[in-house]
Amino acid sequence: MEYQVIWFFLWGLLWAVYFMTDGFDLGVGILLPVLGGDEGERRVMLRTVGPVWDGNEVWLVTAGGATFAAFPGVYALLFSALYTPLLLVLFALIVRGVGFEFREKGTSESWKRRWDTAISISSTLIAFLFGVTFGNLFIGLPIDANGYTGGIAGLLNLYGLLTGFLFLLLFAVHGSLWVAWKTEGGLAVRAAEFAGKAWAALAVFLFLFLLYTASSTGLDRNFVSFPLLLGFPLAALAALAGIRFFLGRSRPLAAFLASCTAVLFTISTGIASIYPNLVPSRLDPAYSATLFNASSSLYTLKIMTIVALVFVPMVVAYQIWVYRVFRHKVNSSEGAEGEEGY
Amino acid sequence: MDVLALSRLQFAATAGFHFLFVPLTLGLSILVAFMESRWVATGNPMYLRMTRFWGKLFLINFILGVVTGLTMEFQFGMNWAEYSRFVGDVFGVPLAIEATVAFFLESTFIGLWIFGWNRVSKRVHAFAMWMVAFATNLSALWILLANGWMQHPVGYVIRNGRAEMVDFWALVTNSYAWWKFFHTVLSGYVVAAFFVLGISAWHLLRKNERPLFTASFRMAAVFGLASSILIIAAGDFAAKDVAKVQPTKLAAMESVWETRSAAPFYVLLIPDTKNERNAVEAIPIPGIVSFLSFGDFKAEVKGLKEFPKENRPPVMEVFASFRTMVALGGLFVLLSGLALFLVWKDKLDGYPWFLKILFYAIPLPYIAAQLGWTVAEVGRQPWLVYGVYRTAEGVSRNVATEQVILSLAGFTLFYGFLGLLDVYLLAKFARKGPEPAPAEAIGPEGA
Repeated sequence: MEYQVIWFFLWGLLWAVYFMTDGFDLGVGILLPVLGGDEGERRVMLRTVGPVWDGNEVWLVTAGGATFAAFPGVYALLFSALYTPLLLVLFALIVRGVGFEFREKGTSESWKRRWDTAISISSTLIAFLFGVTFGNLFIGLPIDANGYTGGIAGLLNLYGLLTGFLFLLLFAVHGSLWVAWKTEGGLAVRAAEFAGKAWAALAVFLFLFLLYTASSTGLDRNFVSFPLLLGFPLAALAALAGIRFFLGRSRPLAAFLASCTAVLFTISTGIASIYPNLVPSRLDPAYSATLFNASSSLYTLKIMTIVALVFVPMVVAYQIWVYRVFRHKVNSSEGAEGEEGY
Repeated sequence: MDVLALSRLQFAATAGFHFLFVPLTLGLSILVAFMESRWVATGNPMYLRMTRFWGKLFLINFILGVVTGLTMEFQFGMNWAEYSRFVGDVFGVPLAIEATVAFFLESTFIGLWIFGWNRVSKRVHAFAMWMVAFATNLSALWILLANGWMQHPVGYVIRNGRAEMVDFWALVTNSYAWWKFFHTVLSGYVVAAFFVLGISAWHLLRKNERPLFTASFRMAAVFGLASSILIIAAGDFAAKDVAKVQPTKLAAMESVWETRSAAPFYVLLIPDTKNERNAVEAIPIPGIVSFLSFGDFKAEVKGLKEFPKENRPPVMEVFASFRTMVALGGLFVLLSGLALFLVWKDKLDGYPWFLKILFYAIPLPYIAAQLGWTVAEVGRQPWLVYGVYRTAEGVSRNVATEQVILSLAGFTLFYGFLGLLDVYLLAKFARKGPEPAPAEAIGPEGA
C-alpha cells in the first residue's frame, strides 16, 4: 500500500482517537452545571477526568502535528481558512485547561463557580466548533484557485450546524456515561438518566447525519468502490443501540465503551466519505487537497511511519496503565486530606 | 500595519509569553523530582512538604506553559500558511515527533503525579515526576531541532517548490540546534534556581520554616551555580556555530560593520545603524571578538557592510539584547556562587541584604531568557529559514488584516489577564508557605 494512503488512514485515526478520548472529558465539562448539583458533585465530576484530560488532549496536538508533517498543504489550507473558528477553539482550550488547574487554587465559592462556568462554556464551544469544522470538511469547503473564499458565514450551513450539534450531543452522552461509570450514588444515577434522555436526541441527530453524509458527501461514491466502508456507519449505529442496551441493564462501563465505539465510527464515517481528499472543494474538485497533492515526500512519510510504529504503541500502553491506576470510583470523601487535585 | 507585520508581532508576543512559563517548567520539574527522591531515600517528612510546596507552584506555572504551547502550533497554520506549505515536509516532522515522544509522556505522567499520591507507591510517584522532568526537556529538544533547522537548515533539498527532507539524521544531529538546546534548557535551570532561591530567601528573612527553606536554598544554589557556569560554556559553543553559519547575526550581536581580522571587543559601544557605523567605540580589548567567535585572536570577522542591506537583521535590538544577556549571565554566576558560599558556611543570617537582593533577582533570569530569544529570532531576520526563505514570503495569503488585528487584540487582553492571574496565584501560594505536615500513611503501603 502506498504511504500516502497509510497516512490518510493514520490521520483519520488520530482525529477519531482524539474525539474518543477528549470527547468524554469535554462532555464532563459541558454537563458540569447540568449534573453537578452542588460544589461537592462538581468537584467529583472534575476529579473523574482530572488525571487523564491532559493526556487526552495531546491526541489533538499529535493529530495537528501529524497533519503538519504528513500533509503540509492541508495544514496550511485548513488552518488559514478556518482562522477565526480555530482561534475561538484555541482560546476555549486555554480557558478550559487553566480552569481545571486554577479552580482548586482559590478558596471562595464564587471563584470556583466562575471557573466552573468557564470550563462548561469552553467545553461546549470546543465540541460545537469542532463539529462545525469537521462537518464542513466532510461536505467540502468553498475553495477556488485563490484558496478559501467562504469567510465565517461560509461555515454556517445546514450540514455544518447539524454536525456541530451532533458533536455536542455525542460528547454530552459520552461524558455522562463516563460519569455514570466513575461515580456513585445520586450523581451516577442522574448521569445515567441524563444519558438515557439525551440518547433519543442523539439517535435522531446521528441518523440525520449519516443520511445527509451518505447523500451529500463522497460517501456513496466510496461505498461503491469499497463496500467494506458500509461497516463504519453500521458500526456507529450498532454502538448507538449498544449504549441504549447497556444503559437499560445498568452496565455503565459497557455503555461507555459503546459510546467510545460510537464516537470512533461516527468520525470514521465522515472521514471515509472524503477519501481520497483531505479537504474537498465543493466548488470544483480540481481545487481539493488530496492525499497525493497535499502530502509530504515519500522519505518524510517513511520516517513518520517508523516513528509512529515505535512510539504510538508505547503511548497507548502507558496511557492504558494510567487509566488502570485510576480505575476506581471517585467519591466525595476522596481528596480531602493530603492530596493534590481538582 | 499589514498582515505580515501583525502576524510577526503576534508570533513574537505569543512565543514570548509561552516562554515565560517554559523555562521554569524545565528547571523546577527537576528540582521537585529531586526533592521527592530525597523524601523517598531519607523518609524525612520535611522533604515531602518541600516537594508539595514547590510542586504546587510548579503546577500553576506548568499548566500555562502547556496551554500557551497550543497557540504556537496553531499559529504556524493560521498565520504562516505559506511557510507551513513550504517547510512542512521538514519542519513538521520534529513537531509531530515532539508530540508523540515527549508531550504525551509529560501530560500523562503529570496526571499521575497530581492525583496519584494514594494510588501508587512512593517510588513510582517520584518516578512520575522524573518522567515529567525528562519529557519536558525532551520536548525542548525536539522544538529546538525544529527551530535549529530554521536557523541552520540541513538535510533538505528544494524540490517541487518546497523544502523536502532528504536526511533526517542531519536534522537530528544539527550541532547548531544541539548547542541552542543546551543553552536554552540551562536558561530554564537558572530561572528555576533563582525562583527557588528568591522565594526561599523571602521566607528565611521572615524566619519561616528555616530547615525547609535552608535546604531548598542549598539545593537551588548548587543547581544555579552549576547551570550558570555551564550556560556560559554552552553559549560560547552556540556563538561559535553562529559565527560559522549566520555571519549577519554574529555581526549584529557584536555590531561589527567593517570586515576585519583580530576584531576587538569594545567595552563601551553604541551602534548607529543609519550611518552604518558605531556612534561610540571605547575601551577596546584586542582580538576578543575574533577569539570568542572562531577560537583564534587573529580570525577575520565579517562586517555587516559585507552583506546587502536587505539581508541584515536590525542591529540595535540584537546587539543590545545580546550584551544585556551576557552581562546578566555573569551576574548569575556571582549571585549563585555567593549564595552557595553563604549557605555552605551557614552564614545566611548575617546577610539579610543579600537575601533581599536574591528575592528581587527572581525576574532577572526571565529577562535574560527573553533577551536570548530576541538575539536568536530577531538576529535571524529577514530570514524565516536562514539564507533560504524570507519572513515576508511565509505569511498566510488568505487571512484578512481585520482577522489578525482581532486575534492580536484578543491575545493581548487574554494573555494579560492570564499573566496577572498567574502572578497572583504564585504570589499567594509562595507567601503562604508549605502546608502543615500531612497525616502519615501517604502511599498504599502506608509510607
